[in-house]
Amino acid sequence: MKVTFKIWRQDNPDAKGEFKTYEVDGLTDDMSFLEALDQLNEELVLKDEKVIAYEYDCREGICGQCGVFINGRAHGPHPNMTTCQLHMRSFEDGETITVEPWRAKAFPIIKDLVVDRSAFDRIIEAGAYISSKTGTAPEANAIPIPKAIADKAMDAAACIGCGACVATCKNASAALFTSAKINHLNSLPQGKAEASERLEQMTYQMDLEGFGNCTNTGACEVECPEGISIKNIAEMNSAWMKQKLFG
Amino acid sequence: MNPQLDPKIPEGPLEKKWQNYQLKSQLINPANKKKLNVIVVGSGLSGAGAAATLAELGYDVKCFCYQDSARRAHSVAAQGGINAAKNYQHDGDSVYRMFYDTLKGGDFRSREANTYRLAELSAPLIDHFVQQGVPFAREYGGTLVNRSFGGVQVQRTFYARGQTGQQLLLAAYSQLYKMIRAKKVTMYPRSEMMDLVVINGKAKGIVVRNLVTGKLERYAADAVVLATGGYSRVFRLSTLAIGCNGSAIWKAHKKGAFFAAPSFTQIHPTALPQSSEAQSKLTLMSESLRNDGRIWVPKQKDDTRAPKDIPEEERDYYLERRYPSFGNLAPRDIASRAAKERIDAGYGVGRLKNAVYLDFKHAIEKFGLETIKDRYGNLFKMYKKITGIDAYTTPMLISPAAHFSMGGLWVDYELMTTIPGLYAVGECNFSDHGANRLGANSLLQASVDGYFILPNTINNYLADEIKNEQVSTEHPEFEKTEHEVEASIKRILSIKGTKTVDHFHRELGKIMWQECAMSRNKTGLENAISQIKQLKEDFWTDVKVTGNQNEMNTELEKAYRLADFIELGILMCEDALQREESCGAHFREEYQTKDGEALRVDDDYSYVSAWEYNNGDFKLHKEELKFEFVKPTVRSYK
Repeated sequence: MKVTFKIWRQDNPDAKGEFKTYEVDGLTDDMSFLEALDQLNEELVLKDEKVIAYEYDCREGICGQCGVFINGRAHGPHPNMTTCQLHMRSFEDGETITVEPWRAKAFPIIKDLVVDRSAFDRIIEAGAYISSKTGTAPEANAIPIPKAIADKAMDAAACIGCGACVATCKNASAALFTSAKINHLNSLPQGKAEASERLEQMTYQMDLEGFGNCTNTGACEVECPEGISIKNIAEMNSAWMKQKLFG
Repeated sequence: MNPQLDPKIPEGPLEKKWQNYQLKSQLINPANKKKLNVIVVGSGLSGAGAAATLAELGYDVKCFCYQDSARRAHSVAAQGGINAAKNYQHDGDSVYRMFYDTLKGGDFRSREANTYRLAELSAPLIDHFVQQGVPFAREYGGTLVNRSFGGVQVQRTFYARGQTGQQLLLAAYSQLYKMIRAKKVTMYPRSEMMDLVVINGKAKGIVVRNLVTGKLERYAADAVVLATGGYSRVFRLSTLAIGCNGSAIWKAHKKGAFFAAPSFTQIHPTALPQSSEAQSKLTLMSESLRNDGRIWVPKQKDDTRAPKDIPEEERDYYLERRYPSFGNLAPRDIASRAAKERIDAGYGVGRLKNAVYLDFKHAIEKFGLETIKDRYGNLFKMYKKITGIDAYTTPMLISPAAHFSMGGLWVDYELMTTIPGLYAVGECNFSDHGANRLGANSLLQASVDGYFILPNTINNYLADEIKNEQVSTEHPEFEKTEHEVEASIKRILSIKGTKTVDHFHRELGKIMWQECAMSRNKTGLENAISQIKQLKEDFWTDVKVTGNQNEMNTELEKAYRLADFIELGILMCEDALQREESCGAHFREEYQTKDGEALRVDDDYSYVSAWEYNNGDFKLHKEELKFEFVKPTVRSYK
């Protein structure tokens, strides 16, 4: 199959970017979307052109490093999927596919389709941990955790940190990312001791990074590759309100 | 034996060795620790665990990774679980049994003392991860759940759905970023180690390429820890992340670190089959699926019927047939070879006839759809995303794929390489798995190395090192190393040949997969060596890389990683060639029983091969394996 890629090219953070158009032929429907870009890059090398910079690592949907806007949607046309899991069978022969980087003030462009998501790391740094040193843990079964609570924590903990929630949100809000991590740790008995501090610090850092506010459109949970529920945001907001009102 | 290969096994009975070691190890007072700098290269489970714990102990730590964040490291992709000898299931497990299973699983090609310590430290590791907030699977009553993995008959595997590696890595990542916040660790993401700096015979720093600016940077330290993972991307198609590479350990090898058992690489039996030439990776389906899934092929060759149309009596459940006591839970090397045997004999299924079926029909009938969904839901979802097929109604197609490197830098009991001050932790070392790794022992080894062992052995070296003056990055050796790196990058960019990096990688992968994967023979390996040497020459005269050095250049990154893979490929074949026996994942066709099982030759090959780099050649040294507590037996899973 043959497609036309319309891809955002930008040499560096300060350069003025533009869309460039490339035709790629000889693709098959069981190739992944990133493998199609790989093929395009090989062709560019042979034409003496610079390769397109885009991110990936595991190519199995778990590392969270890949992520681009494809035809106006985060991670492409399907809900709950990473870019690396997208296959060319999802496109028509002859289709024009527009590829853009994540667009958010808090995710500045580094080059072409590569953005800087270190703001997420700084939100984690602000409190997404339990302050116990290696070697200090009690016996693992000493504190039973009901299955329902462990399952709910796991649902929230599944976040891969790709940033699709931010990219797809009209406010570029990081509320889904932040709330999922807070709820994962705050729902477990081990995380309770620092629960209010964690909520305070992580939401503060989220605002500081320049992410927008959540206005409950729900776009994030549609694109989230792990299907993390928007209920996490409601829970975070309610905990935050309670903390402000009652201490 | 070469004195450099002293494994430094502590005295005493197995169960006292680690304790005896710690009693004799030198300590450093807390005030002095902060004067000591440690570099950790890699931020996966072993690297992040080591960096966080060393920082908690008071050392000044710098941590480097090539990805944009430590959370991307490929530990994230381990699905099935982590083993620990907790005996929660009351099924006769113990530290000793776990030690024995691991030693036997590795076909008696690892050290008793190291393997025992791995089992010994497994139980406190689960305590550690629970305290760090890992949401392991739980019973309704709130206690932890276990399941089985290949090569064992007890249930000792802990898991967090099919995302255990992700949850453990995120715990390590969180602990690491806690220490970054505390300003005890400086993190350098998007940074690639280009070479090791050795001064007066000791590891004293690294030269790094900043992957955003392309600039070379120098970092000095009192000790360097490599935690850079496995090298199975040498096969190109593997279950590893695309960026995984062997460059850091290869550079260390060329600077004097011995490379142990490079040919011991594991081929995983349950990955998705290759579907085209353009394919960049093979996705793993967790081995845990073999708990409930049954593996089969049609009894009739070239059977083109849909799996549902093939009646029970015309199906060959070949693992259950050949290995009745372990059945579908036979160890990985055995399950992979058995699949290859059926596929090569013409019984393969799928469009390219390169796969076997993994069928859940019986499990769904027995336990119900909901239970199977609860156990493996995300794996079935992933399978559907990639293949478009619903595995609840039709069997999965699976095929063997390159997966794990048991080989790696040679390390002693302290995890120190043959270069003083250079340590290797996690998959990049050779220590505990021998010739084959058991499922769910990988996350375990990475974690135990990083969290528990290294932080208790590095002090034994640094206690002396603190008396010496710290080196500066202005030292002539830094200058020289940086110039060499720069020259090598310039050389690649100046070739301006006619073929892409991926072209050469595909060629290397084909040779390695054909001759140095699931089965090997003398002629094939000799041919492979000459082919790879030719490929090396072609690469250095005909590769084409566009773009510049001083910018983000992903093509250049691929090129210098591949240059190292090509050299490593040669050594892997040399290693497979010298070992004239079959053991674990290393199967030499000339050495098999009449049933086609591996034939070990203990009298001649009960050693760890350790290779020294010598101006483009490799010199073999041997560390004899001494079995004081266990008598090596013929491994049988029948």
